[in-house]
Amino acid sequence: MLRILLAATAATLLASAPLGATEPKTSDLKTSAGAEVAPGISRERLEQAVAAAWKNLPPDMQARVVQDETMQLCSQYRNSPPPAVADAILAREKKNVAYPADGKLMGDWKAGEKLALSGFGGRMGDNPKLPNGGNCYACHQLAPAEISYGTLGPSLTGYGKIKGNTPEVQKEVYERVYNAQAVFACSNMPRFGHNKFLTMEQIKDAVAFLLDPASPVNK
Amino acid sequence: MIPGWKALALAGMTAASMTVSSLVSAALTSAVAQPAAAPSAGAQPAGDEDADKLLEKYRAMISDPMSNPGYLAVDSGEALWTTARGPKNATLETCDLGKGPGKLDGAYAEMPRWFADAGRVMDAESRLLWCMETIQGLDTTALRKKPFASSGGNPATEIEALVAFVANKSNGFKYAAKMEHPKEREAVALGEALFYRRSSLNDFSCQTCHGQEGQRIRLQNLPFFDTAKAAQATMGSWPTYRVSQASLRTMQHRIWDCYWQMRMPDVGYASEVTVALAAYLTKKAEGGAIEVPSIKR
Ligand code: HEC
Ligand code: HEC
Repeated sequence: MLRILLAATAATLLASAPLGATEPKTSDLKTSAGAEVAPGISRERLEQAVAAAWKNLPPDMQARVVQDETMQLCSQYRNSPPPAVADAILAREKKNVAYPADGKLMGDWKAGEKLALSGFGGRMGDNPKLPNGGNCYACHQLAPAEISYGTLGPSLTGYGKIKGNTPEVQKEVYERVYNAQAVFACSNMPRFGHNKFLTMEQIKDAVAFLLDPASPVNK
Repeated sequence: MIPGWKALALAGMTAASMTVSSLVSAALTSAVAQPAAAPSAGAQPAGDEDADKLLEKYRAMISDPMSNPGYLAVDSGEALWTTARGPKNATLETCDLGKGPGKLDGAYAEMPRWFADAGRVMDAESRLLWCMETIQGLDTTALRKKPFASSGGNPATEIEALVAFVANKSNGFKYAAKMEHPKEREAVALGEALFYRRSSLNDFSCQTCHGQEGQRIRLQNLPFFDTAKAAQATMGSWPTYRVSQASLRTMQHRIWDCYWQMRMPDVGYASEVTVALAAYLTKKAEGGAIEVPSIKR
């Protein structure tokens, strides 16, 4: 909870920062090969080392190594982008959210619980035919009975009890899980839908796990 | 690709299926095969604090060289160091780890470092491979392809054994990698850039998991390297014997493992990337005492 508050405070501070003072030059908004990513290290130099360490890969694996623009910016600014960069990231990532055709955003909380517990998927050696997990418990406290939870993200225990499950809240949570950076630029949370790590169905199940009154998260 | 199960990965699903005491007995009987990594979500250990305490006891129990299985690797590393091998039928005893040919004491404590003869910043693993190639005339291609022993009580690979032997010779020393050469400074800065570089299917960087004090994944505490004490304790304890994998593991393996958790393809062994990350973390650990091989879960 404290972390949520802190994040909110930080967001307010950023939003109210006087224009001009911390505003980057337009040229900073774009990632460029020459941008410094560490003292004396240009992005070009960094990427040259990366390319040498991950060589001769099939296209799907090569794609994992290469950064998209959001990753580049978040890396360059160490996850604290200046306000104008943050706005640009939010705008781009918002456009990326896709919604189920039938408009239903809540799935099955039981399936959601399973996927919250599973960290399977995407690692070398993981069978790509088996479903990926969302691994929410790696970072979040959820159902109070589950004591094996991580603390990289805020506690989500009682999330639906606190927020309700109106269509607006469902949409908010769906978007958050689909693309955390559509809500919070450079969030440490994976962009599950955007990266096609979870399917829309799985994301709906995660939403249900958080918001369904019958879910252990809200007991 | 390393087969075998990966305990304590971000997965948080494999370790769960084993209790510490079963890990302990597996390690003590050494060559017990580990169960396959059945992705069973759900079952969790009943209280990690207890597990930590048990492990602490276990660690104390086998912290002496007579019973830490990591010392098997040290011994075979010593044999590899002193045995004439390869087309040149030479031992490694003239290998220069930075303090002069054959000078072992405290050498590991000053690595990674710049080596003018190779024209590269090298960590212990890269340097040992270089010595095997240049002094013994060995072809290290196969070793570079499979540098790590499979989990489950298999003997350390040649390079793991050599690193264990060499690192052990720095016990009682403090990390003193100065990083003053321009190329060493560049390696540290490159490592820093890599530490924050986000990528792959989960948008992770090292910072995601090691970016703040006192955080954990599931129940595993994550070291935060900006705290000198944590960086020192971490770096001063590798190579380590990992009970969960029943194997001696080196820093190259740890970095490979974390990239695996990041859903990255296998990172090039002894590549500029892994050496730069090791240099960055070692710089943070300056002054830390070395006591290896340690033992960890
Ligand atoms: C690697 C860490 C990580 C993982 C895995 C993760 N999250 Fe998060 N999550 C975070 C962090 C950090 C935040 C806070 C920053 C933010 O709001 O983006 C967060 C925020 C959230 C929030 C917003 C909380 C609020 O402030 O109202 C929700 C909802 C959420 N996560 C749900 C999930 C679900 C569901 C999953 C699994 C499908 C998941 N998270 C997996 C790290 C993670
Ligand atoms: C998704 C989470 C995650 C990411 C990302 C990650 N790590 Fe780790 N790291 C871990 C976990 C979990 C451990 C094991 C902690 C334990 O065994 O108690 C660990 C352990 C380590 C250790 C050994 C710590 C010790 O005390 O022995 C080092 C060094 C390390 N990581 C470096 C890195 C580097 C460098 C990167 C980036 C290339 C990285 N990590 C990225 C999760 C992560």
